Amino acid sequence: MAVTTFDPIVSRRLRIPNSHTLEVYLANGGYVGLRKALSMNPEDVAAEVMTASLLGRGGAGFPAGRKWAMLKNDLVKYLVINGDESEPATFKDHELVEKDPHQIIEGTIIAAYALGVTQAFIFCRGEFALGFERLQSALNEAYEYGALGRDIFGSGFSLDMVIHPGAGAYICGEETALLESLEGKRGYPRIKPPFFPAVIGLYGKPTVVNNMETVSNLPWIVLNGGAAFAALGEGSSAGTRLFALSGHVNRPGWYEIEMAKTTFKDLIEHPELGGGIRKGRSLKAFIPGGVSAPWFGPNEMDMPLSQDAVAQAGSMLGSGSVVVMDETTCPVRAAWRITKFFSRESCGQCTPCREGSGWIERTMRRIEFGAGRMEDIDLVLDACDNISPGLSWPPKQTTICVLGPSIPSSVNSAITMFRDDFISHIKDGKCNYA
Amino acid sequence: MPEAADKISVTVDGKEVKADPGELIIEVAERAGAFVPRFCYHPRMKPVGMCRMCLVEVSSPRGPSLQPACFVSVADGMEISTESESVQKAQSGVLEYLLLNHPLDCPVCDKGGECPLQDQTLAYGPGESRQVEEKRHFAKPIPISTLVELDRERCIQCARCTRFANEIAGEALIDFFGRGEDTEVAIFPGKPFDSYFAGNTVQICPVGALTATPYRFKARPWDLEQVESTCTLCSVGCRVAVQSSANEVVRHLGIDIDSVNHSWLCDKGRFGYLAMRSETRLLEPSLRESGELVEVSWSDALEKAAALISEAKLAHGPQAIGFLGGARLTNESAYAWAKVAKAVVATDNTDAQLGDGIPAELVLSLPRATIGDACRAKKVIVIGEDLKEIAPVLFLRLRPLIAEGKIDLVEFSTHETSLSNLAKASIPLVPGELGTRVRALIDSIKGTKDAGEGIGIDIQEIKNATQTLGSLENNPDLVVIYSNSSAIENTEDLKAGILALEESFKNAKFMPVLKRSNIFGALDMGLSPNLLPGRVTFGAAKEYYKKQWGSVPEKSGMGTLEMLHAAAESKIKVLVLLGCDPIADFPDAKLAKEALSKVDSVIFVDSLANTSLDYADIVLAASMDSEREGSFTNLEGRISRISKKVSASGSSWPDWAIAIELADALGDDLGFGSLDDIAKEIARLAPAYQGLRSTLSLNSEVDEGILLPVKATKVELKRKQGDPMVHLGLISVEHQGAPLKSGASNEPGVYSDEKQQQDIGSTISLISKSDIKSDTTSKPETAASGAKSLRLVVTRKLFDRGTHVDSSLFFRDLVPEQEVRIHPETASSLGISSGEKVSISGETCKVSGQVILDNRVDQSGVVLIWNVSEEDVRSLVSNSEKSAHWVEVES
Amino acid sequence: MAHLSKELYEKCKSVVALYPEARSALIPLCHMAQGQDGWLTSEAMEDIAELTGVTPAEVRGTASFYDMLHLEPVGKHVVALCTNIACMLNGSMELLEHAEEKLGISAGGTTSDGEFTLEESECLAGCDKSPCVQVNHRFFGPLDDKGFDQLLDDLKAGKLRDDVPSHGVLSRVDRKFPLALSPSEIAAERVEMETAKSQRDEKRKISEGAN
Repeated sequence: MAVTTFDPIVSRRLRIPNSHTLEVYLANGGYVGLRKALSMNPEDVAAEVMTASLLGRGGAGFPAGRKWAMLKNDLVKYLVINGDESEPATFKDHELVEKDPHQIIEGTIIAAYALGVTQAFIFCRGEFALGFERLQSALNEAYEYGALGRDIFGSGFSLDMVIHPGAGAYICGEETALLESLEGKRGYPRIKPPFFPAVIGLYGKPTVVNNMETVSNLPWIVLNGGAAFAALGEGSSAGTRLFALSGHVNRPGWYEIEMAKTTFKDLIEHPELGGGIRKGRSLKAFIPGGVSAPWFGPNEMDMPLSQDAVAQAGSMLGSGSVVVMDETTCPVRAAWRITKFFSRESCGQCTPCREGSGWIERTMRRIEFGAGRMEDIDLVLDACDNISPGLSWPPKQTTICVLGPSIPSSVNSAITMFRDDFISHIKDGKCNYA
Repeated sequence: MPEAADKISVTVDGKEVKADPGELIIEVAERAGAFVPRFCYHPRMKPVGMCRMCLVEVSSPRGPSLQPACFVSVADGMEISTESESVQKAQSGVLEYLLLNHPLDCPVCDKGGECPLQDQTLAYGPGESRQVEEKRHFAKPIPISTLVELDRERCIQCARCTRFANEIAGEALIDFFGRGEDTEVAIFPGKPFDSYFAGNTVQICPVGALTATPYRFKARPWDLEQVESTCTLCSVGCRVAVQSSANEVVRHLGIDIDSVNHSWLCDKGRFGYLAMRSETRLLEPSLRESGELVEVSWSDALEKAAALISEAKLAHGPQAIGFLGGARLTNESAYAWAKVAKAVVATDNTDAQLGDGIPAELVLSLPRATIGDACRAKKVIVIGEDLKEIAPVLFLRLRPLIAEGKIDLVEFSTHETSLSNLAKASIPLVPGELGTRVRALIDSIKGTKDAGEGIGIDIQEIKNATQTLGSLENNPDLVVIYSNSSAIENTEDLKAGILALEESFKNAKFMPVLKRSNIFGALDMGLSPNLLPGRVTFGAAKEYYKKQWGSVPEKSGMGTLEMLHAAAESKIKVLVLLGCDPIADFPDAKLAKEALSKVDSVIFVDSLANTSLDYADIVLAASMDSEREGSFTNLEGRISRISKKVSASGSSWPDWAIAIELADALGDDLGFGSLDDIAKEIARLAPAYQGLRSTLSLNSEVDEGILLPVKATKVELKRKQGDPMVHLGLISVEHQGAPLKSGASNEPGVYSDEKQQQDIGSTISLISKSDIKSDTTSKPETAASGAKSLRLVVTRKLFDRGTHVDSSLFFRDLVPEQEVRIHPETASSLGISSGEKVSISGETCKVSGQVILDNRVDQSGVVLIWNVSEEDVRSLVSNSEKSAHWVEVES
Repeated sequence: MAHLSKELYEKCKSVVALYPEARSALIPLCHMAQGQDGWLTSEAMEDIAELTGVTPAEVRGTASFYDMLHLEPVGKHVVALCTNIACMLNGSMELLEHAEEKLGISAGGTTSDGEFTLEESECLAGCDKSPCVQVNHRFFGPLDDKGFDQLLDDLKAGKLRDDVPSHGVLSRVDRKFPLALSPSEIAAERVEMETAKSQRDEKRKISEGAN
C-alpha cells in the first residue's frame, strides 16, 4: 500500500491565505455546490449522499445518508451541526472552522435543503473563539450574499441559521447532550429510548445532528456526484477523511487521506505525512481514533485506515485522530492522564461513570506516583468492568451514553499491553520513566 | 381467563406476565413479584435513568444486555432477568460506587433505619469497600430553606429533589451545581428553597441528604408508630401518615393516594403538627372571672355554658343564640353540634362560613368534579384565587399537566397567579365583573358577539379563551374550579358567573374551592342556615328531621353576616364559636369586634388561642388532629379518616364529646353516646350518606375514600400496594411492626345491608340548582364612589397570620410582607415604582406594603393580601354591607 | 435595574429572539455577560434568568456545568495550559510546573496583581502545536518554558491586545441579521415543499407502475 494521490475534498482551501473570507471562498468554487443542490429536488440531493456512503465524521461513523433517512417526518424539524470537537487529540474541525467556515455553512444549507428542516444550528465549541468569530462573520457574509435567509439564490427555498457557542464540556459532543446544551441546559445525555434525536430531538422535534466535517463534504458530493465520492476509498470506508496526527511524530498535523488505501504506517512515517517518529525512536503504541479508542501496538502499523478493519481489530477510527507514543512513554502515566480527562468530563448523571471514573483515576494516579498496591491492577480492571461489563469491543455499558465505556479503553489497553510497567511501578514505588 | 387483545406477554425471572405495551419493565417486574432496586426512579415523576441501580438483563436479538428497568418498556416476548449473575454484579458495582463518597454517619443520620441506600446495600451490595482514598468532603449541613437542610456528602445525585422542584412544583429553586463527581445540589446564593412544597424533597430523598429541620434528631425510625389520617389544614384533604414517638407527633408523611395527593403534601400540612405543642394551646376548660380566664372543671364550664344558653333562650327565644364556625370540626363533631343547635337549642343560626365563602346552595348543588376529573380534563377553567395559595396540592396535581400541555387552562383572575404563565388564556378580573366577562366569553364562543366587545378589556385574552374552549357543546369533560376572587366581596357576581357557565357548558363539572379545613364536611352536616345534614334544605327535610330528631327550628336562621349584625345590635345574646376567629376571619373586623363585645356571652370551643379569645366568657378546650378520631370531607365531597395517634393534650375533649355533654347539661339527649354512634346515625339519617353503614370507614381498606353522594358513586374496597421508594419512612415503620392502619372498628364503613339502604330518608331529594337564591338586594358595585380611586381586592396566601400558622414558630417566618399589586400604568400615574414601600388608605385607616407591578391587575384596582400584618387590610374594610371598597395608594 | 448594560441587554434580547425557545440563549448570554464583567456575576445571572425565563438557580446550575463560565472572579488573562495526552507527550506537565513556579500560583489560582489566572485544561484541539496554551481562548503554541515566559511578558506589556481580547469576550463579531422568516412563514414554505414532494412521489409511483 502507498499514499494515494487525489484532489483533496474538505481540505482543498485550507492552505489558501484568507480562505475564511467569502471572497476567497467564491474564488475557489464556493457556493457552486449549493446552487446545484437548489436546482435539484431535495430527495435527489439526499439520494446522492446515500450513494456517496459518506460516514459520519464525529466518531461513531454512522452513514450520514442513513441517518437522514431515519428522520421522522414532521412539520417542524431541525438540523444541528456538531462542531463541539473535544475528543482529545482531535483537531480537524478546529482547522475547518477557522480556515473554511463557508464550506461548513454551505454544507449545512445543502443538508437543510435535503431534509426540509425548519431551522439550522451550528454548535461551535466555545474554546474555538477565533473559529466562532470567523463562522459568525461567514454567516453574516452568507446572509448578505443571499445564501441564507429568504428565497436563497431565488430558488424559493429559505433558511435561517444560528451559530451557537458551546461553553466547555466534552460531553456536549454526544449528540443528545449537545441538544440539551443547545436548549440552554446542563449537558446531560438523554435516555434512549425515548429520546432518539431523529424522532424526539431539539425541542422535542425530529432532529438530525451531523458533524462539521461530515457536512463539509456535501458541496463536493453534490457537485461531483455521490458515485464519485464512493469511488474513492474502499467499501464502506468511502471517500477521503481528515486525520489528525499528534504525539511523538516529526510532523504533527492534519492530513486528508483516502480512506482504506493508506496504512497507519504510511500516515505516521511518510515524509509528506507524519514524517516518522521523533529522534528516530521506536514506536511503543498508538491510539487509532481518539482517547476513547483502545490502543494499538507496532503489530497493527500495517493496518489500513479503514473503519471496518480497525473495528475488527478491536478498536475504532473514531474521531480520526492518531496519537503516537514512542518508547520513552510511560503507559501508566498516559492511561492515568486519559482517565483523569474522563473523570473531569463525566457529566455526573450515571453512578458508574460519575463515581467510577474518579476512583479509577485516583487509583491509577497512586500507581503512577509510586503508592500502588499489587491488587490495584485487578481493582481498576474490575472497576472498569462495572462500567463496561466484560471489557469487550464494541463495549457494553452500564451507563446512558458511551463516555462511561470509553474510560476502560486506555486503562485496559495499558494494563494488557504493558502489565510489566504497572508491576514495576508498584514494586519500585516510583515511575521509572520520570 | 380471556386477555385483552392488546396485552403482550413477557417473562420475568422465568415467570410469564401479561403487560400493556409501553409499560416500563420496572412496573411489570414488580407486578410479577420481582422488586427491582432503584434510587432515582419515582412513579410520580418522569424517569431519568441516572442511578443505574435498576439494571436488569433483557433478551434481544443480539443477545442479553443490561438495561435500566426504569425507562425501557417491555416488548412482546421479552425475557427479563432481575437476578442473573451479570445483574447482581452490576447492582453490587453501583452500590460500591455510591458508597465511595457516601459518609457512613448512619448512627446520627435521620434516615438511618429507613434508608434505601442502607437497605439495598444489605440486599444487593458488597460487604465492604475496596476504596483506600479519602471520601469527598463538604461543609454540612447547610440550611437551604427555613424547613430543609442539605447534607451534600450524603447526596447520591439521584435528582429526585431537583426534578420534584422543577417538574412537579415548577419552582426550580434548587438545581445541580458543578459536574461529574463534584455535582452537588444547590440554591442560588441568597435565594432559598422557599417553596410551599419543599418538604416533599425530604420525603423522597433516598438518603439523608435532605432533612427536615423540625424533625432532625427528633426520633429513630424504629421507635416510631404511625397511623393513616387526613390533613385538615385545607379542603384538599391529603392523606398522611402521622408518626409519633413517645406519645408525641414527630412527623407527617404523604401517602400515595391516586385520587388525591400522589404522596405529596404542602409544608403547611407536613409541619402543621408543630402547632400541637404551641404555647397558645388551650388545654383546660376555663371561665372568665374578673376579666381573667380561670381554669375550671369540665362540669363547671358546661353547666355555666348551658345556663347562659338556657337563660338567653328563655328570655329572648332560640333566635338569640348563634353558632359560628365549624370547619375545624370532624364530620361527626359537626353533626353533633348541628344537632345541638338545631334540635336542642332549636336555632338555625349556624354558619360554618365566615362571610368570606361561597353560598352553600351553590357549592352543594352543582355537579361536583373530583381532582381526578380535573386532572383528566382536556380543558379546565380556574376562577378566582391562586390555587397554590388556597389548595396547594390541588395546584400541584394540575400544574405539571398544564405545563406539559395535557390540560389547556383558561383562568379568570384579579392578578398574576402561579398558573398565569401556563394558561392558554388569562382573563383579567375585577370583582363584580365576572358575570359580565363570562357572558362575553360565552357570546364570543357562540359567535353572537365579537370577542369581548364592549366590556372594556383587552380582547386578546377573550379571543385566546374562545380558541381554547372551541365550542359549548364539544367540552364533555370541562372542569370549572372556582373560588371568590376577593375575600371582601359578596358572592353574587361569582354566583352569576358560575351559573352562566353551568347553563352554557352542559356537561361541565364544578369544583368549589373553600380554603378552610373541613368546611365541606361542615356544610354537608348542616352547619349553615337553611340546611340540614346530608345536603338537604330546610324546606325539603324539615318534617323528616323533625321526626328523626324530635325537634327542628321553627324558621330558618341567619348567616354569619346577619348574626354579627344581630349581635352588634344586641339581638343575639350568646355566640358559640366552634373553632373560629371572627375577628381575624370575617372581612369586617370592626363589625366582628363590635358583635363580640356587645353579645352577652361568648362560648369559645377551640384548641388554640386566637384574637377572638379576648372576648370569650367560657373556653371549652377541644382536642386537635392526631388526638381525635373522625372523618373529613374534602372539596370533592370525598370522605376519609382522621385518626388519633397520641393521647389528648391536657384535659381537652373531642368536639363531639363536648356537644354531647353540653346537650346533657341543657337537659337533653342527643341520642348517641359515642363517636361510633354518631358515625352510624349520619349514615342512617343523612340523605347524601344513604348506603353507608358508618362515616368511619377504614382507610386502610379504601384507598380512594368515599365520594358523596354515596349512591351516585361506586365505592371500591381496594388498597394499592405501596412503593417503598415512594413511601420512604412509612413502609419501613410498617415493617418494624407499626402498620399504617386507621380506625379501631372491624366493621367496614361502606355497604350496609339491602334493608338499611332502602331506609327512610331516601325519598328526600338532595339540594339542587333550584335552591340557589339570587340576592337581588346586593348588586355588584362597579363604579368608584367618593374620593378614593382604586378598588380594593384582597387575596389569600397559604401562610397568613391565621391561628394555625401563628401557633408555629417555623410557620411565622413564612408569612410574607404585605404586597401591593398594581398595574404598571397605575403605578406610573401615581408616581410609584416597583419595590417601593407605600401606604394604602381607606376611609379611616392606613396599611402599608411593598409595591409589585403586575400587568394582570386591572388599572382601576389594587390587590392586597389578607391577614399578613398587624395593620391588616381588614381595617380598610369599613362597612361589610358594601361590596366594593375603595382605597388610595400613595408613597 | 438590570446589571447588564443597556446596550448589552438589548443585544441579549436579539439573541434570545434567534431561538424557538428562550432558554436556548442561556449559554450565549452567559458568554456575553462574561464579556462585560470578565466573569459571571450573580447579578448578571439574575438578568439572564429574567431574559430566558428560568430561575437564577437554573442559570447558575447550568453555568456551573461548563468550564468556560467562571462563577468566581478571574485574572485579566486566563492562561489555560493543556496537559491532555498529545500535549503531555510533548512535555506540557513539565511546562505546567514551570508556569506555576513562574507565576507563583498553582493551577486554578490567580496572581495577586489580578493579571493572570492559570488553568490546567483538557484538550483544546491544538495538538499539532503541542504543548498548546490558550489565553482568553486564543491559541498559542507550541511553547517551551522560554516561549511561555515571553508570552507572559508580551501579555503584560499589552503587545497582544489585537489578538487577545479581555477575558470573557468570546466573539468580537456580532451577528448582523435577525431571523429572516417568522415561524409561520417558514412553516408555510415547508408545507409547500412537502406537498410538492408528495406530488413527485405520486408521479414517480405512477411512472414506475407504468413501467
